[in-house]
Amino acid sequence: MSINKRIVDDLVANDISFVTTVPCKQLAGVIDEVEAREEIFHIPSNKEDEGMGLCAGAWMGGKRPAIIMQNTAIGVTINTLATLIQFYRMPLPMLISYRGELREPVACQVEMAVHTKALLNQLNIPTYHFHRESDATELDAILKYTFMCNKPVAILTDASFWGGYGDQ
Amino acid sequence: MIRSEILREIAPILRDQLVICNIGLPSQELHMIDDQPTNFYMLGTMGLSSSIGLGVALAQDKTVISIDGDGSVLTNFGTLPTIANNVADNYILLIIDNGSYGSTGDQPTYAGRKTSLAAVAKACGCENVVECQAEETPKVLQDAIDSKKMTIIVAKCESGNVKVPVITKDPVVIRDRFMKAVAS
Repeated sequence: MSINKRIVDDLVANDISFVTTVPCKQLAGVIDEVEAREEIFHIPSNKEDEGMGLCAGAWMGGKRPAIIMQNTAIGVTINTLATLIQFYRMPLPMLISYRGELREPVACQVEMAVHTKALLNQLNIPTYHFHRESDATELDAILKYTFMCNKPVAILTDASFWGGYGDQ
Repeated sequence: MIRSEILREIAPILRDQLVICNIGLPSQELHMIDDQPTNFYMLGTMGLSSSIGLGVALAQDKTVISIDGDGSVLTNFGTLPTIANNVADNYILLIIDNGSYGSTGDQPTYAGRKTSLAAVAKACGCENVVECQAEETPKVLQDAIDSKKMTIIVAKCESGNVKVPVITKDPVVIRDRFMKAVAS
C-alpha cells in the first residue's frame, strides 16, 4: 500500500472528513489521495491561516478537520494558532512537509527549517517528526491524541520520509 | 448610520441564526446589543470571520452568517475565491463596509477609496453579491436568508464607534455554548 493511501486511511479511520490543503511538492500524492476520497470534503486554501479558520469552523460545525501544508506555514500562522486554535481550545492535526532538511535541493527552504521546531516548541505544540516510512505507524495514535486533548498537533514529514526528491 | 446602528437593526434577524462575528468592536457591540449562544465572538485573529463561517456552513445544514468588516476582508482576500468555489447555500457573508479600520482608530481602508469589495467578490466568482446602503441591510439580509442561496452582502455605512465594554467571557465558554447551539 502506498504511504499516501496509508496516511489518508488513518485520517478516514479517525473520522476526519474535512481537509484543507496548501500544496507542497512532497505532499502532492497525499493531496491527490485526499481529493479522491469520498469520505473527505477537500477544500484547498489560498493561505494557511485561512485554512485554519475553515478547520475551526468545520470542527464547531461537527466535523473533524485536518490541515495539510508546508513548514513555511508555521511562520504564517502563529497568530492564528495562538489566538484561535489554542485560545478556544480546538483540535487541529497538521500534516506538514518539513522542507529544508537532509536531501533538500533548495537553499532557501533551510531558512525556515531551522526555525520550525523552535517555533512549534515555543508555542507548546506537540510535535512528531516522521523521518522513516515506518514512523507513519504512529499517525493513528497521534490523531487520537489530537482529538483527545483539543490541541493543534504538528506532524513533520521530511524528505527522507517521502523518499527524497527524485532526480534533483 | 454607523456599524453599531446596523447591528442593532439586524439583531432580531440574527437572533435565530448561527453568527460568526468579527474581532474587536463588532463582536463587542453585538455582545452588548443581544448576546446569544448562537453567536461566536472572535476575540483575536483578524480576517478569519468569513473562513470560520464558511467552515461551519459546509459542516452542517443550519444557516450561518459571518459578520465581517471591509478591513478584515482586505486582510484575508484569499477567502473570496474559496467562498466562490465552495458554494454553501446556507452561508451568508455580511461585510459591513464603513471604509475604515474602526477598532483601531478609524484609519481609512482602501475599500473606502478606489476598491469595491462587491466588484472583487463578483470577480472572484461569487454569484449572489448585493451592495446596499446601511438602511437597507435588514431587508437585504432577510431576503438572503429566505433565498437559501449563498450570498455576499456589502453594506455601506459611515465610519464611527460607540463606547462598548470588552468581552470578558472565556473563549472556551463562547466556543462550547456555540457548539451546543449548532448541535441542538
